[in-house]
Amino acid sequence: MTWTFVLALSACAYGLKLLGAVIIGQREMPLVMQRCLLLIPAALLAGLIAKDTFTTGQSYAIDARAAGLAVAVLATWRQLPFVVVIVAGVGTTALIRVFV
Amino acid sequence: MHHFRAPDARRFISASLMIGIAFVIFGASFGVLSVSAGASVAQSCAMSLLVFTGASQMSAVSVLASGGTVASAFGGAVLLSGRNAVYGLAMSPVLKQGSLASRLLGAQWVIDETTAIVSAETDPTTRRTGFWISGAILYASWNIGTLLGALVGTSINPSDFGLDAAFPVMFTAMIAPHLRTSAGRKAALFGAVAAVALAPFMPIGLPILVSALGMLFGMKPTSSEQPAMTDGAP
Repeated sequence: MTWTFVLALSACAYGLKLLGAVIIGQREMPLVMQRCLLLIPAALLAGLIAKDTFTTGQSYAIDARAAGLAVAVLATWRQLPFVVVIVAGVGTTALIRVFV
Repeated sequence: MHHFRAPDARRFISASLMIGIAFVIFGASFGVLSVSAGASVAQSCAMSLLVFTGASQMSAVSVLASGGTVASAFGGAVLLSGRNAVYGLAMSPVLKQGSLASRLLGAQWVIDETTAIVSAETDPTTRRTGFWISGAILYASWNIGTLLGALVGTSINPSDFGLDAAFPVMFTAMIAPHLRTSAGRKAALFGAVAAVALAPFMPIGLPILVSALGMLFGMKPTSSEQPAMTDGAP
């Protein structure tokens, strides 16, 4: 990671906050644009979950991470506290690595 | 920002401290993962101080950690922060009464959780109180967590502790509120399939940007569904 990366991302992230909160403010942003922007986390986070669980580099892999994800999904679905989701998910992967 | 009502203030302080605990843990996880992906402690802390939107920060680190291109890491993080512009629209009446300096500071604190706290209130003074209290507490929590995590991260090997699995685990906790709508579920399915299907054929990280095209499910108006907000991280 470079400082250029950190500062450029900072500028863009703050710029987007500023755009809504101060620059556009109470004027209009098209609803279709609002709906699409609010859907990005669903689409992109799902992509990241898939990448971080089932791939290593450009290859496919099913390993201890998949078990960790399964436990995390279950814990999230049961609406367990955030800390429990993390500890259970990460702990599952760590335990499998130790014993398998 | 000037006239807080004491009962409101106490209510917002305790609500924010509850979320703040999760923020410290989440921030610490970010700190560990960020350092283990090659960032310095100072860079990790600068990200949390200046970027202050958790999904974007985690996304950037995730793509870089798996050997992805800088452009993909950057693009994904910026796309994920786009929703803060929409939250900002709803928050602008709260910020409008303050000075320019307070608006510029307040804009940085426009995230999922502060928006959720403010949106639950109707009285303008109460909304302002809620925004500034939750913003300050959550900003502090996130940055304290990051610093602690980054310091710990310099001395451990993440895969020994299953911490590389922390990425999908974190993202799972973050995505949950976004799956309450059918458009959200369709977008997520598209995103996951695209990321897996394209992985062998594209530079690492790029499939994530294709995943983001799932946002186009928002082109079609949905019946009465309200957009979701995340909880648990900024």
